[in-house]
Amino acid sequence: MELALVIQKFILVIVIFAVSLLVAMYSTWAERKVAAFLQDRVGPNRAGPGGILQPLADGIKMFTKEEIIPLDSNKFLFIAGPSLAILTACIGSAVIPWSTPLTIGSKTIPLQVTDINVGILYIFGVVSLGVYGILIGGWASNNKYSLMGAIRAASQNISYEIAMGLSIIALLMSTGSLSLKVIVEQQSGFWAHGWFTWNAFQQPLGFLIFLVCAFAETNRTPFDLPECETELIGGYHTEYSSMKLGFYLFAEYINMFVSSAVMASLYFGGYNFPFMHHLGLDANWLSILGIVAMLLKTFFFIFLFMWVRWTVPRFRYDQLMDLGWKVLIPLSIVNIVLTGIWITVKDIYFK
Amino acid sequence: MNEVSQITEFGKVFIMMLMGILIVTLTFFASRFIAPRKPNPEKLTSYECGENPSGNSWVQFNLRFYVIALIFLLFDVEMAFIIPWTTIFGNADLVAADSRWGWFTLTEMFIFIGILILGLVYAWKKGDLEWVKPQPKIPATDQAIPLSVYDTINNERYTVKPFTTERTVEAVATSDVPDTAAKPAPRPAFKPTFRKPASS
Repeated sequence: MELALVIQKFILVIVIFAVSLLVAMYSTWAERKVAAFLQDRVGPNRAGPGGILQPLADGIKMFTKEEIIPLDSNKFLFIAGPSLAILTACIGSAVIPWSTPLTIGSKTIPLQVTDINVGILYIFGVVSLGVYGILIGGWASNNKYSLMGAIRAASQNISYEIAMGLSIIALLMSTGSLSLKVIVEQQSGFWAHGWFTWNAFQQPLGFLIFLVCAFAETNRTPFDLPECETELIGGYHTEYSSMKLGFYLFAEYINMFVSSAVMASLYFGGYNFPFMHHLGLDANWLSILGIVAMLLKTFFFIFLFMWVRWTVPRFRYDQLMDLGWKVLIPLSIVNIVLTGIWITVKDIYFK
Repeated sequence: MNEVSQITEFGKVFIMMLMGILIVTLTFFASRFIAPRKPNPEKLTSYECGENPSGNSWVQFNLRFYVIALIFLLFDVEMAFIIPWTTIFGNADLVAADSRWGWFTLTEMFIFIGILILGLVYAWKKGDLEWVKPQPKIPATDQAIPLSVYDTINNERYTVKPFTTERTVEAVATSDVPDTAAKPAPRPAFKPTFRKPASS
C-alpha cells in the first residue's frame, strides 16, 4: 500500500514536470507568435504547421551547441548557477492544487503533489532560492555585465518580495489559512452570499500589487533590467552557452508558468469555475473540468505576461526601485490595514 | 487515501525535489555528451564587447545594494512574524468566544505594523531608498537658423490626394520624355584601380 502511494506520487510528479516543461517549451513559441501578432508580423512558421515544431528545433539547437566555460570563471559555481535556477523553478509547483481528487475504483488520487499547511511560505522560500541561481551564475562568470545583471536581479527580487509578501498577508487575513488547497476550496463556485467568491474580487488592490510583483520576480518586461540587452549584453547569462543557457531561459518560462498558476489559484479560484455546482456532474467530471479551468486561467496569465512584454517599455533602475519601495510597499501596508478594519467591522457588526 | 500514511507531506516535497534533481542532472549530462567541445584560448576569454577583458570583475560594487539587502532582511523578518498572526486573526471560534478579540488583535498588529512603517520612513528620510538618477545634459550649440524655421516646418500639413488609377496629364508628359534614353550615361570621372601593395 505504501509503495503504491509512493509510485502514485512519483507518477504525479513526473506528469507535473512533463506538463510544466511542455508548457514552458510552448511558451517560447507562444511568446514569439504573440509578439508577431502584436507587431503585425507572421512569427515562426517554418518548422511544422504554424511553426509548431519550433520549440523542438530550439531544444535540439541548445543541445548541440558548444559548451564554453570561460577560463576565468569559477567552474563549479558556473555549472551550479543554472542548475539551481531551473531546479527551484521546477519544484515550486509542488503545492499547487491542479484540481479536486480523482476517484478511480476505490482509490482517490489527489491532483496536488503535496498539501503542506504552509504552502504559501513554501512557494516564497522556493522563489527566494531562485535568486541564488541568478546571483551565483552571474558572479561565477567573472564578467562585468554578468555581475551587474546578477546584482540587479538580486536587488530587484528582494525589493519586490516584500511587497508581494505584504499583499499576500492581506489575502491570508481573509482566508485564515496558508494551505493553497484550503484557499482554493474557499473560492468554490463563483457567486455565494451575494458576492463573488473569488479572492480577486475581495482583494482587488492586493491582486494588482501581487501581479506587479510577479512580473518583477520573474524578471519579465517591464522589469527585465537584469538581462536588458541594450545595457548589459545579456545580463547574468552573457557568458552562458549551450544547455546551460537553455536552463536559464527555461527557468524563466517555468517561473512564469508557476507564478501564473499561483495567481490563478490564489486570486481567481484555481480549479473552480462558474456554475460548477449547477451542472449536476459527478465528482470525476468536475475534477477533469477543473483541470481545464485551472489551465485556461494559467494560460490567460501567461498571455498577460506576453501582452505586457510587447506593450510596456522597460523601467529605468531608479524608477524600478522607487516603484517597489515607495509605492508598492506603502500601498500594500495600507491594504493590510484596510482589510483588517473591514474584517473586524464585518465580524462584529454585520453578523 | 484514508490509511495513516507513512509518507508525510514534506516527504512528497522531497520526492518532487528528487525528481527535479534527477531531471536536471540527466539533461545536463546529455548535453555534455552531445555538445561538441573544441576550446581555444580565444573562446575561453570573458566577453567584453570584443576587447581583451581588463582586470578581474570580482571587485567591490555599489554599497547601495548592500543597504537595500539589509533593509530587506528587517522587513522580511517582520513579514515572517505577521504571517502566523493572519491565521488566527479572523478565526471564527476566537471571535465568537470574545467579541473584543478582533479589535484586540487588530490594535496589536497596528502597533507592530506601525514600527514597520517607522523603519520604512527612517530609511526613506535617510535617503537609502534614493537611487542615482541619470541627469542628462542637454547640449547647447550655436546655430544660425532661427527657431521659427522649425516651427514652420513642424506646422506644415501634408494632404493626401484622392487616388485614381488614370495617370494625370503632367505625369504622362514627364514620363514620356524620350531624350533620357538617347543621352549617353555620363562616365564616372574617377576610375578606381586596384594595385597590389608593394611587398615589403
